[in-house]
This record gives sequence, C-alpha cells and structure tokens, in this order.
Amino acid sequence: MSEEQIAASVERRALRFDPERFQGEYPVVVEGLVNRFDGIAVHEGLDLKVRRGEVLGVVGGSGTGKSVLMRSIIGLQVPDEGQIEVLGHKVTDLAEGSQADIRSRWGVLFQGGALFSTLTVGENVEVPLREFYPEIEPELRHEIARYKVRLSGLPEDAASKFPSELSGGMKKRAGLARALALDPELLFLDEPTAGLDPVGAAAFDRLTRELADVLGLTVFLITHDLDTLYEICDRVAVLADRKVIAVGTIPELLALDHPWIQEYFNGPRGRAAKASQERAKAMDKPAGGKA
Amino acid sequence: MREWADFTAEADDNGGTRLVLTGPLLISSIGVIDRKLRDWQGSVEEIDLTEAGPVDTVGAWIVWRFARDTGAQITGASEDAQRLIEAVQGAQGEGNVEAPRLPLITRVPAAVGTRVYNWGLGVVNLLGFLGAILIAFGSLVRHPRRLRIASITRQFELVGVSALGIIGLMSFLIGIVIAQQGAVQLRQFGAEIYTVNLTGRLAVRELGVLMTAIMVAGRSGSAFAAQIGTMKLTEEVDAMRTIGVSPLEALILPRLIAAVLMMPLLGFFSAGLAIIGGAFVSDLTLGIPFFTFLSRIQEVVPLHDIWVCMVKAPVFGLIVALAGCYQGMQVRGNSEEVGLRTTMAVVQGIFMVIVLDAFFAVFFTEVGWG
Repeated sequence: MSEEQIAASVERRALRFDPERFQGEYPVVVEGLVNRFDGIAVHEGLDLKVRRGEVLGVVGGSGTGKSVLMRSIIGLQVPDEGQIEVLGHKVTDLAEGSQADIRSRWGVLFQGGALFSTLTVGENVEVPLREFYPEIEPELRHEIARYKVRLSGLPEDAASKFPSELSGGMKKRAGLARALALDPELLFLDEPTAGLDPVGAAAFDRLTRELADVLGLTVFLITHDLDTLYEICDRVAVLADRKVIAVGTIPELLALDHPWIQEYFNGPRGRAAKASQERAKAMDKPAGGKA
Repeated sequence: MREWADFTAEADDNGGTRLVLTGPLLISSIGVIDRKLRDWQGSVEEIDLTEAGPVDTVGAWIVWRFARDTGAQITGASEDAQRLIEAVQGAQGEGNVEAPRLPLITRVPAAVGTRVYNWGLGVVNLLGFLGAILIAFGSLVRHPRRLRIASITRQFELVGVSALGIIGLMSFLIGIVIAQQGAVQLRQFGAEIYTVNLTGRLAVRELGVLMTAIMVAGRSGSAFAAQIGTMKLTEEVDAMRTIGVSPLEALILPRLIAAVLMMPLLGFFSAGLAIIGGAFVSDLTLGIPFFTFLSRIQEVVPLHDIWVCMVKAPVFGLIVALAGCYQGMQVRGNSEEVGLRTTMAVVQGIFMVIVLDAFFAVFFTEVGWG
C-alpha cells in the first residue's frame, strides 16, 4: 500500500473527535455541588479544585460521600445542583460527542477492579482502545495491552488470564492497567489499597506514585489508608459535614483545629503511619536512595 | 481534523538514513505512522525526535519498538520522551493477550471429552444433591421446629399468589382457543356439544397443569437459580454454612415445599379459568349458554381427571424447583455462569415436565383412569 492509501484508510476508520491535551491549571473544578438521596443531603455546596499533576487524596468518614463525589465528577451520578468542570468541559451539561472526548482522557479504577469477567486481562485493557481508537492496528493494540499490563506490575502471563483466575491485588493492578489504557491525563482511584495486605498495599502505592510521575498524571484518590496519604499524596482533601472542609498538605491539615481531622491524623493509626514514614525517610537518607 | 504523526527519511552525514518524526506522538495520532513504520523496508541509523510534538507511552512504545527492530539510535528526545521510552522499555512483554486456544483438531475431542466427563459428574452431583435434600428433609421431619415458616410463606406468595394474574389470563385464553378450534372441527360431524367434553377434560387433565408448570418454570425456576446463584457468587451461601445455617434448610427446602404445595392450587385454578374461557367463547359463537356449559362440565369430566391433575401437579412443582435450586447451587466463578445456569434450570425444568407428562398420560390410561 502506498503512503497516501495508508493515511486515507486510517483516517476513514478513525472516530471524528479531536482529543486535545488540557493546559489549564485545574483539570477538575467542582463548585457548589449538591447531592441528595431521598431528601437527605450528602453534599451541600461542596467546592473542590484539583491541581494539574498532583496526587490528591480524598479522605472522610464512612458515608461522607467520597464515592458519590467521584461518581459525580465522572458523570455517573447527576448532581442536584452545582457545576462540575473536568478538563475544561462541564460534565453536567455535555453533549454526547464531547462526552466521548473527555471519557477518552480519564481512567477510572473502581473499588473491586470492575474487570469484565468474560474477557482476559489483556482484552480488558484493549476495550477502551477499540472503543476510542478503532484505527489502531490489532498488532499494536496487543502490544499496548501487553506493556500496560507489565507497567501495572503484573507478570507477562497475566495478560491471557481471566479475572477470576487472579488474586485481589492482581485484579486491582489489572484494573489499573485498563484505567491507563488510553494514557489518560486524569486518573480516578477508588480505595485502591482497600483489601490488600500491607506489603501489597505499599507496593501499589509506590506504583501509583511512579506512574503519576512518569506519565505526568493528575490523580484523584479516595482512600482510608493513612500510609497511602503519607506516602504518595501531594495534598489531601477532607470531606466532612457535607463539604470539603479543608484541602492541603498533611502538616497544613494538622495545624487546623477541626475535631475530626485531629482525631483522624492523631489517632493511634495516624501516629503509626507518620512514624513509619519518618523511619523510612531516616533509613533512606544515609543510603541516598529515593523514597 | 486530527493531526497525525508522520516522518520523513533523509540521508545523514555518514550516508545512512535518518528518520525525522513530526507531529504529536500520542495515542490519538499514531494510527498512520504505526502502519508506515511496519511497512518500512531498509535500514535506519537514527531516529530524530527533535521535531516531534508531545509524547505519551504509546508514542514512546512505537519509537522504541522501531529502534529495537532496526537497531537505530534515538536522538533529540525530550526529557519526557526519554523517561517514557525507558518506562516502556522496562515493560515490554511477550505474553498472549487472548486466552490460550488449542488447534481445532485437539479442541473438538477435548470439548467432547469435557462434555462427557461433566455429564457424568453432573449425574453424580445430582444424585448427591437429591440425597442431601432427602437427609435435610428427614431431619426437618424429626425437628419440625426448624421449619422456616416465614420463608415458606414468602415463597408461597412469590410462587403462588403473584403468579395468579398471568396464569389466569394465559389459561383463560387457552380455554378460548381450545373451545373455538375444537368447535370448528366438531361441527363437521354436527357434534358441537362435545366441545364441552373436549375443553373440560383437556383443561383439567392435561393443559391446566402442564401450562402452569411451564409458567412456574419460567417465573420461579429461573428466579430460584438466579437468586441462589448470585448468593453463591457473593459468598452468602458460604457465610451461612460457617454460621451453622444449612443452605439446604434455609434456601432450598422452603422453595421446594412452596413449589410442591402451590402447584396443585395453581393447576386447579388454571383448569378452572380455561373452562371459563371455553364457556365464554361457546356462549358467543356456539349458542351454548354460559351456565349450561358449566353444568355440562360436571357431567362429562369424571372425578378421576381431577385426581390426575392433583397427582401430577406436585410432582411437576418438585421437578421445576429442583432444577432451579440445583442449577443455582452449581454456580461458581463469574456472573456469566448465573445466566447460563438460569437458562439451564428453565430448559431442564420444562423438558423434564414434558417427559414426565408423557409418562403420566400412558400410566393413568393403563390403570383405568382414561
């Protein structure tokens, strides 16, 4: 085939949308968000801005609407009031076409992994590729699936396995591989380390941080895991009283006088997490290694 | 319009070839360059990235793969590009993406063998399941306090009461069809009055209970399989076992008991409504008054037809509920299995009911209840 024919056949198969990299400062902007279930407000005038390139941890007690917030941002939950802007587009009133556009630019890891159980891990990773970039050749698609699986810290042979053959930790990694399939700018993680053993959780944290640095991701991370907060989050947003009551680095949050924040970070688990992080830093310094 | 990544080949200072890549090397823009690089023949000494736009891992992968295959040097990569190329380099893999698939010549015998083996296993499993149910039922008879009245009542409602509407409507319509079509044929002999015999005996003896069993298999057998199957997937059944609650007693026996007790009632109800349907259409088209039709029914339908109905119905109910519960308990693995097992429950239930119905038809005629 001549070069013109190649170009023409690729263009014929490509979808008609033009993904563009986001250049603004805040890829996610939530303003005045109100969510009610059966008249009970979960969010009441919630505001939140996520900075480009940061790993933002979102914490809050059970039932404070962390997952609902994430579902609102990714358009699975239609809010009762408020504005949500993702990558410069308003999620709340999007036309079908531009929805496809921003959906190709974020990746979501659900709590249980939410892998498609009838497809292998590799085929799971290929699903978004097929959906948004039908012009990509099958060989390249397989190659991409393979290296994404490896990039997520899974062994080579995991690509041809079905989700039911994987352990809980491997399922999360496979879910991460699928979330990263399209090289998204934004990554949403819903309790990525819940249900993992401490060693697996620490490895997953390191992986998240590495990928965020290497791929230049903005990460929105819901977690209960204090170690995760100390290890990889640039800033932490605290959900309480139906709002984001504070956003900042952990030292900044500790300076605040809110009872829940104090209890959260200064409880026995909070102190243990802090101590272990300080130990890790002290051990790294003489060796000159990176954290 | 989308901007596609592309390249131009030029001669470098030492007489080799240098590829200069242009445009954004992103997943959205590499469709063209990937195909062209795959078609590339000849040697390349240098890949120049100085004029390339932004890069993501897919772009980095393509550049690195081409460099690996041709042995070319990558030059002019930005810091980002360099970092991504190193990342994908460390992550290259050879494994398959699809699940391993055997060649046809081995796959077919293997599939046949698996089928046969699973069939044998299924027979053993089914026997084991029936045995376990008998044991559970036996222990329930000895300890009647363990009977779950609330659960059984709930199943009564689901299997019986809430099915009344659909079964009633279906039977009424079938009664109309039998009477109307029967009358057309019988008129040729001037024997329209036998429409009453036809409708009455067919409804009571065969169709009432058979159609009800099919409807119950579709409504309740499938629901049993899906409910129990989902509970298996979410480990609820295992949780019951660890707490010391027998799933057989808590889940399966109430459903079996409800189906066995409800089927005769539903079958009788169905037969009654089919007769009413027949009477209705006879009144309109044959000139047999509604109540004359009903009183003739009393004379032409022998009492043993009712007994046939009452014997068959609980057996059919048991078969349908057993198929549903058994298939539900066989679910393991993933959500696809729930759908598969539900389908099997309904198909097996209806099939077994029809086989048994044929057997009953011959049997009752032979014993003189013809």
